[in-house]
Amino acid sequence: MSEELIETIKKEFRSNVFDETVSNNEHYLTVKKEAAVRICDYLYHTLDFPLISIFATDERAKDGCFKIHYIFSCKDDMFIIIKIKVEETSPRFATLTHKIPAANWYEREIQDMFGLVPVGHPDPRRLIHFEDWPAGFYPLRKDFDIRTKPPRVKGEYIYRRVEGEGVYEIPVGPVHAGVIEPGHFRFSVAGEPILNLEIRHFYTHKGVEKLFESLSIDKAVFLAERISGDNSVAHSAAFCQAVEKVAGVDIPPHAKYIRTILLELERIYNHFGDIAGIATDVAYPFGAAHANRLKEQVMQLNEKVTGSRLLRGMNTTGGVRRDIGDKNELISKELATLQNNFRELMELLISSPSVADRIETTGRISNEIAKGLHVVGPAGRASGIDGDTRRDHPYAAYPELEFKVPVRKAGDVNARTLVRADEVYESIMLIQQALSRLPEGDIRTDVNQIPDGYALGYTEAPRGETLYWVHISNGRIERCKVRDPSFCNWLAIEYAVLDNIVPDFPIINKSLSLSYSGNDM
Amino acid sequence: MTIEDEREIMGQRLHEKIKNIFGRSLSIREVDAGSCNACEVEITALSNPIYDMERFGIHIVASPRHADMLLVTGPVTRNMELALLKTYNATPEPKLVAAMGSCACNGGIFGETYASGGGVDRFIPVDLYIPGCPPRPQAVIFGLMVAVDKLEQKIRKLEVKA
Ligand code: SF4
Repeated sequence: MSEELIETIKKEFRSNVFDETVSNNEHYLTVKKEAAVRICDYLYHTLDFPLISIFATDERAKDGCFKIHYIFSCKDDMFIIIKIKVEETSPRFATLTHKIPAANWYEREIQDMFGLVPVGHPDPRRLIHFEDWPAGFYPLRKDFDIRTKPPRVKGEYIYRRVEGEGVYEIPVGPVHAGVIEPGHFRFSVAGEPILNLEIRHFYTHKGVEKLFESLSIDKAVFLAERISGDNSVAHSAAFCQAVEKVAGVDIPPHAKYIRTILLELERIYNHFGDIAGIATDVAYPFGAAHANRLKEQVMQLNEKVTGSRLLRGMNTTGGVRRDIGDKNELISKELATLQNNFRELMELLISSPSVADRIETTGRISNEIAKGLHVVGPAGRASGIDGDTRRDHPYAAYPELEFKVPVRKAGDVNARTLVRADEVYESIMLIQQALSRLPEGDIRTDVNQIPDGYALGYTEAPRGETLYWVHISNGRIERCKVRDPSFCNWLAIEYAVLDNIVPDFPIINKSLSLSYSGNDM
Repeated sequence: MTIEDEREIMGQRLHEKIKNIFGRSLSIREVDAGSCNACEVEITALSNPIYDMERFGIHIVASPRHADMLLVTGPVTRNMELALLKTYNATPEPKLVAAMGSCACNGGIFGETYASGGGVDRFIPVDLYIPGCPPRPQAVIFGLMVAVDKLEQKIRKLEVKA
């Protein structure tokens, strides 16, 4: 199947493909710069493969140019990566955004970080750098020193304007009233209904991708754990899997099962937290207290099992650092209690008319929008997108375990809540299966002497598909592209709030469970 | 002593102190100056029914103008620097600043980059450091206890001046 597919693509674009390499499930096709848009459009519209990331690399030292990679997720656990070369003397490439809306932020990110301009982009404003960032400084270029502090310059950020009688703006953030991450939201409203929302992010941009290039591989695992704080396992597992793929290492089965258990514990406490947040925002404090207590119980269980409430410090290249075999009974006993408590909570939540009133039909994201923006995770699945990395690109112990992928169609806050609830039960079942089949053996294989190369690592985080592309050269990280699920999902909120009222914004926001730090990095 | 006992004992001690100094509660405004969000996860945990920090007299307020203390997380990113300064200036005297988490203490794993400032005390005066990545809720309660003592000293100094 996969070979046929590649042949079809090559036939279709014969004279435009000039190089092909295959490693594991990743097919790299280097194509003519001028043909990239057509080929990507064909993969996306004709073959129906989602575009899951675009990123650049600075390969001027070796190949005398920059390269841009377009990653498509294909059937049969395959990825196609379209590559183009961009010369320093002509630092431009054609935008893909008008064909594939999901390309929007990636292209602007490349513009800010590499100084390569997406020609024809519908919104060519800066994304990551603020208006006080001077022109000509591109952090991910190799000749940019990580500790450079470019001077602040005068500049202005132009917001989209909605005008008309009775229309006024409500600016919110970056510092919010609650304990949440910083970001700016600008609403245009007429009375209560929201006519337009513009989000502005990257307040928490710390230079993570650049930082990866200065860390040893071992230390980089800790950085991956701290990109989106409550998705530590998903991030570090994706990073480790990419490195292991480059190294050609298959980790011990025992370690695969432990990773799977940790990944699912992470999903459970996150989903409890999200459900608690939704209950808080619909003014159902009883439900919120209940859900928050459950979340705390999982975090305490996490600590008993791994020593860390956020499950940190467990993943490492080649496996995990600690065995959890002796905690088998503890985990399954706790999970059984949690499951019962959670069922009670959900029954209360669902049967409460005041909750239903606030969450049904609120914050709808249509299937079309979700598909266009490549909305991932529970948010995508609540809008009818049947995608889950655990099933579509299996990793860790998932190929050996049974689970369902809950999908709903309504696309509202209610659907997102129910998808998460269904996923909690699946996660509990997954952990129980994994515990009952936990293989004997080592928890770690040595990963030294990593050959030069690059590979994708991926996981289904609580928020959705998480992607790492890691290039290793001389035992060091040459480039590490991280794609957090929230980078895909943030734009959807601008659509979700339309025609909703301002007081429902917090619920919609919470139901999408978006990470700022994972997005901004 | 179990970990639960420890939480309760510390919480009660903190409550006594807060009552003596403030009469009511310690008002905190939290500022995320570029954290990874895990520090926020633990601050949020302090409000769950198990810790329930309000019963110890700790109250998170919506505006810095109502705050006795800023609880700052994150290494202070270039893009949050201005917002942090504005929040600091909006907080009335006498005020306390607690740097929570390794990032806020000294930049943590992010250290200093083109976008990361390397710690809160490079930008505003810090009275107290709460280390950890993230600090556990108990550690935050302990940190607040130390902070309250410091605020008492500050108030005394102001009184002497007056
Ligand atoms: S100290 Fe640790 S947990 Fe807190 S923000 Fe920094 S990296 Fe995250």
